[in-house]
Amino acid sequence: MDVLNLLLGVEFWTATVRIASPLIFGALGELLCERSGVLNLGIEGIMTIGAFVGWASVYQGADLWTGVLLAATVGLLFGLLHSLFTVYLGLSQHVTGIGITLLAANLAYFFYRVLLPDATTPPKITPFQPYPIPLLSQIPIVGQALFTQTPLTYLAIALVGVIAYVLYATPLGLSVRMVGENPQAAEAQGLSVYGVRTGAVMAGSALMAIGGAFLTLSAFDSFFVNLINGRGWICIALVIFASWQPFKALLGALLFAGFDALQIRLQQQIGGAIPYQVFLALPYILSIVALTVMARRAGYPKALMVPFRRGER
Amino acid sequence: MPLNFRLSQIRLEPRESTPLWLAVVAPLGAIVAALILCVPLVSWTGVSPFQSYGVMLKGAIGSGFALSETLSRATPLMFTGLAVAVAFRAKLWNIGAEGQFYMGAIAATLIGTGLITLPPILMIPLLLIAGFLFGGLLLLLPAVLKTKLSVDEVVTTLLLNFVVLLFVGYLVEGPLKDPSALGWPQAVPIIAQGAFPKLLGRSHLGLIIAIISAFLVWLLNDRAVLGYRMKAIGANQIAARFAGIPIDRIILATALLSGGLAGMGGVGEVAGLRGYLSLDLSPGFGYTGIIVAMLAQLHPIGVLASAFFIAAIYVGADAMSRAANLPSYLADVIVSASLLCMLVSILLTRYRVRWK
Repeated sequence: MDVLNLLLGVEFWTATVRIASPLIFGALGELLCERSGVLNLGIEGIMTIGAFVGWASVYQGADLWTGVLLAATVGLLFGLLHSLFTVYLGLSQHVTGIGITLLAANLAYFFYRVLLPDATTPPKITPFQPYPIPLLSQIPIVGQALFTQTPLTYLAIALVGVIAYVLYATPLGLSVRMVGENPQAAEAQGLSVYGVRTGAVMAGSALMAIGGAFLTLSAFDSFFVNLINGRGWICIALVIFASWQPFKALLGALLFAGFDALQIRLQQQIGGAIPYQVFLALPYILSIVALTVMARRAGYPKALMVPFRRGER
Repeated sequence: MPLNFRLSQIRLEPRESTPLWLAVVAPLGAIVAALILCVPLVSWTGVSPFQSYGVMLKGAIGSGFALSETLSRATPLMFTGLAVAVAFRAKLWNIGAEGQFYMGAIAATLIGTGLITLPPILMIPLLLIAGFLFGGLLLLLPAVLKTKLSVDEVVTTLLLNFVVLLFVGYLVEGPLKDPSALGWPQAVPIIAQGAFPKLLGRSHLGLIIAIISAFLVWLLNDRAVLGYRMKAIGANQIAARFAGIPIDRIILATALLSGGLAGMGGVGEVAGLRGYLSLDLSPGFGYTGIIVAMLAQLHPIGVLASAFFIAAIYVGADAMSRAANLPSYLADVIVSASLLCMLVSILLTRYRVRWK
């Protein structure tokens, strides 16, 4: 009964959309990289440094959108680094990605401590405020939940459509998919495999960084160590769950976030009876279950994780 | 796009053999390159880089105390590095050494805090075996999912790290909580019979066990059929299947061995250094193990050396950050930069770079 009330409440759905937002950015970013054939395990670190750069620039006086833009720029740069290693040099995508994650996250923590050597409570900024969209936000429950969010959430949802359109309906998207499926054929068509992959990885990494910035500029109002807390890895699971399709990634992110919002509320209601760590562990366990269920059906890009070297068959 | 144009002109020619000098110089070169790349961060406080790195070197190996600190820090890294090296050689992408490490620590705590009392000569091996099994079993799950249902093990092993850490949180706040720890969430301490004997300073028996393990893994790799088959699967799975190698069984064996090695590392930290299980037992030893293994180019004896190197950077950078008032995350930055530099230097040892 309580659970039913909870599911009918608008707060639950609003929270779901909010929790989903950074996951949508991250999953779209990872999807873009993987569609071009490059696994980007740097996501956790890129989200961390995006969160930091977004927060730090606003903390230093920049306005919120400048913060988002700077975070995206740093994401682009780490994307470039990842493609130098994996696309041009053909190094192991797994190991490079872990290296990028560790480097980006620790650089963020290093500069955070340089900026604030002895802050015990992280200083706050004024984050994005909810912007109710006229009319649409009057629709009961769904409208209220979907259209009384902050601008970054609208951006995340809009990007799902944009990326799906670009991937499936433009020559650019066709080249990205082709490079991820059959780079040799793409090259025979006169495409630059290196160029397309680098572009996709850079754009994808920028999205990841914005996803991180969402957390400091829209969800919370400060940066702290371990802020991302595995959300990047969840995004990777979401991409597999979504069979590399943008709209399914959105659906996955919402499902996942809904579950997360539910566990927070369940924890408040039946807390004590069950240790709270069980609730916190559920998202990860759920991801593993989702991966297991989807593994057979996965239609992953054929050239994912296969380095391309010109002239090699 | 002049940069793009130039870079795509790179051609890599596989070397027939790697000259010995290059195999030795490459990892050292990678670390030197990483140190040079981090000079801008070090000079943040206005101290000269030479002076800073001097303090670092002194803090890492400059005294008996420093050396023992470095050795005790290197011990868990040897275990996680070996774990990663064993798995990666068979292309089992185990990113979960962190979780397996904690599973070993849990095993040591469950058995070593009073469940049974045996003389140390029996108690210590028992703890190690239990830790090995706990760690190995944790990796067995992703390995079974990989072999039976082709579920990507990178993500599953990663996600399990979070699950295990939450489980540790539950244990140290709940059933295993030490009531005399003044409210700190830590587990009841190991009994005296289970504690590892000390060697020099804070370094302990775990170091010797790590070294023995490395030699055993080396023997396995070079002399045993199992090691040969692991390598064959890693090199070319399709060819291995044609050769009649039972791939699934070998991958499961690799998982057990890899997770087990990481688990023994967790036992070592609890029984040899800390004395109890807590949430901050590992500052990411599992992830650093990936760097250790890559730096060693997955060679078990190399793991010993690279774990020592990485530990020296951590201990030295700690000393430097205290002296120069720099954030201690600097060590992690240097270490992750050396991983990326190492990847390039591995490329240089395997390939000749030619410009078209």
